[in-house]
Amino acid sequence: MQMLYFGWVRQRIGVPAETVAPPDEVTDVDGLIDWLSGRSDAYAEALRNRDTLRVAVNQELCEFDAPVSVGDEVALFPPMTGG
Amino acid sequence: MIRVQEDDFDVGAELERLSAEAKGSGALSCFVGLVRDFSGGEAVSAMTLEHYPGMTERQLGKIEAEARERWPLDAVLIVHRYGRLEPGERIVLVATASAHRKAAIDASSFLIDWLKTKAPFWKLEETPEGDRWVDADPEDTAAEERWIAREGKCGHG
Repeated sequence: MQMLYFGWVRQRIGVPAETVAPPDEVTDVDGLIDWLSGRSDAYAEALRNRDTLRVAVNQELCEFDAPVSVGDEVALFPPMTGG
Repeated sequence: MIRVQEDDFDVGAELERLSAEAKGSGALSCFVGLVRDFSGGEAVSAMTLEHYPGMTERQLGKIEAEARERWPLDAVLIVHRYGRLEPGERIVLVATASAHRKAAIDASSFLIDWLKTKAPFWKLEETPEGDRWVDADPEDTAAEERWIAREGKCGHG
């Protein structure tokens, strides 16, 4: 699974992108965030408050209950500020 | 048409091209967003825009399609920059052409409001107190909600 991070999420996690292999129990974005948060304090801190997080799966905005699977591109980022 | 680029754009040349594309349109409306030299009472010396390549183009494409759905537009242009920009520099251009002024003006207003909350960009400001990320503005969300409420009720005049 390809992870992408932007804005302060990227800054707090410390990398802009990485390939991850979550266990089979991880089937949706919520589960993925929980699993990532257990990797280190930096992840836990970056992903602590879901109200300030937005997610896209395969470049489509979605909710935290959206399914994820091997081969997906999942991006986590703060609310967007275009314009 | 949408473009995402690091380089600056020439507003005059872009509008020339748009009006050539929309020959016969009676109205051309545009908005240009610039980097401000202050934010929240602090001086801002530069701003770096980060974006999500691929998704940015998709989102801007959807925003253009939504505007075309709501108004009878002969041409649409969105140019959005990324990278490090200094106060006074151009960030974004939206322009629309239509037979009548109301559709052109309303559509360009819609486009800039819509991309504030739907285009995957993030802004890092450089201030005397250090760098800081620009938070989403609740007013932008309120503007988005007003357009959602107006869905299907846009004047075609």
